[in-house]
Amino acid sequence: MLDGRGLIRRRAGARLWLSGLWLTVFVLAAVLAPLISPQDPLAQDLMLERLPPAWVAGSEPGYWLGTDSLGRDVLSRIIYGAQVALAVALVAGLATCLIGSALGLVAGFYRGWADRIISRIVDIWMAFPPVLFAILLIAVLGTGLTSVILAIVIIDWTRFCRVVRAETLNQSKMDYVHSAKVAGFTRLRTLLSEILPNVLPVIVALLTLEMGIAVIVEAILSFVNLSISTDQPTWGGMIAEGRTSIHQAWWVLVFPLIALFFTVLSFAQFGEGLRERFDPVLR
Amino acid sequence: MADSIFQVSDLRVDVPDMTRKPLFGAAPRLEILKGISFEIPRGAVLGIVGGSGSGKTTLGRTLVRLVEPNAGRLLFDGRDIAHLSDAGMRPLRPRIQMIFQDPMSSLNPRLTVGRTIAAPLGAKVSDARVKAALEQVGLPADFAGRYPHELSGGQRQRVGIARAIAMRPDFILADEIVSGLDVSSQAQVLMLLEQLVADLGLTLVFISHDLSVIRRLCSRVIVLRAGEIVEDAATADLFERPRHAYTRELLDAIPIPDPSVRW
Repeated sequence: MLDGRGLIRRRAGARLWLSGLWLTVFVLAAVLAPLISPQDPLAQDLMLERLPPAWVAGSEPGYWLGTDSLGRDVLSRIIYGAQVALAVALVAGLATCLIGSALGLVAGFYRGWADRIISRIVDIWMAFPPVLFAILLIAVLGTGLTSVILAIVIIDWTRFCRVVRAETLNQSKMDYVHSAKVAGFTRLRTLLSEILPNVLPVIVALLTLEMGIAVIVEAILSFVNLSISTDQPTWGGMIAEGRTSIHQAWWVLVFPLIALFFTVLSFAQFGEGLRERFDPVLR
Repeated sequence: MADSIFQVSDLRVDVPDMTRKPLFGAAPRLEILKGISFEIPRGAVLGIVGGSGSGKTTLGRTLVRLVEPNAGRLLFDGRDIAHLSDAGMRPLRPRIQMIFQDPMSSLNPRLTVGRTIAAPLGAKVSDARVKAALEQVGLPADFAGRYPHELSGGQRQRVGIARAIAMRPDFILADEIVSGLDVSSQAQVLMLLEQLVADLGLTLVFISHDLSVIRRLCSRVIVLRAGEIVEDAATADLFERPRHAYTRELLDAIPIPDPSVRW
């Protein structure tokens, strides 16, 4: 007889392992960039400009994914670009998660004036177009990694706040919350030990999603030249440069795009996979 | 009266009726409990019975102060707890416990059974009291490591009972605790409760809409209709000589199995 649970579990496993594998490669590339990148990502050589990838006729050995219009090695730049992507994903993702979730939990559990204030601020915040808001913020804060992270946190905490508040509201109506009151728990203890474990799966899923979004926002800001100075390669910056020579050298655009795509996809799938694997209710 | 654990007099609860709220101005009040008075002697097992919307759940939740009454006195062990704040109630909480109607929603789905029982005690899962409580409700000790969704309805309700009795409370409120269970689990849970009442000398209020369930367990019955007590009598008297028409109606609603009927 066919056991349906076995099938579901195997699919969840594949999702977790594949995305985990890509994220491991991504993190290792970022951390070990100086050791593993075949070329200096900043070295320009006009004699080697627009070399195609290794498997296309006319390539040079040592430049596996080709070179851009200034003769810089695409693979090395992707590997170094992972550093910025990783920093943004981790720092901006976690900071956004902490601020948004904390406010969402407070608003959803304590209700009253705290909820009214927080919810109104979120409503106002969400009325700004996010990309324009980011560009405006960077223009004010100045370019640089810190500004990019700050801009992402300032814009995206509302995403967590909304979802976490809604889930907290739902959970607060359950009888186990009344039961905690009957047991004599303080409000804060009820929130942290009873409600938080039930909102946590949502927070984890959102966190991994947010890490992917942070990578994309950084790429968008690099694309419009508002992210980080040009002596640090970024995927968004590479895509922007590749766009101008798409007809002569497609590889300059396509490879960073692939790296970006798999990283963002892996973050989201990793979160979902973690949930399926470790949530006692789904297990 | 030192032998009464609860003395309730003229207890009133009302809520704003939002369905009839005018565009401007306050909503009219909807009276849920209209001046309830009764006493619960120590060691008694009191049944509260009534149809849907009679206010029996609100009455129960007011006794354990999940609901604050609008008027009236609510004396627990001689002390008026009707308007005590959350912080004021907290020292009394371990003495007043409750078993909930829906064991799925009243057990935290992401805590193991052991943690659910141990947390109100401020104890670890390995605490002897957790094991003892599980034993008393007839569950094996290794259930402490399980999650609520891994249990059957009857087992979950036993966990709810275990959590309440582990606190060694003076008073337990059981709110429709068997209405979500199938008939055989109902019988088992009732038998368990009967036995615990006898063994531990519990003071229990048992809320139900089903008089046949009350008859097994309770020494006294309060019949509630539309927020008012229509009858307050010893169980035997109530079943022999129901004084109020509503009580007779409820008694007639009990299905009596007739072995002579074939199908």
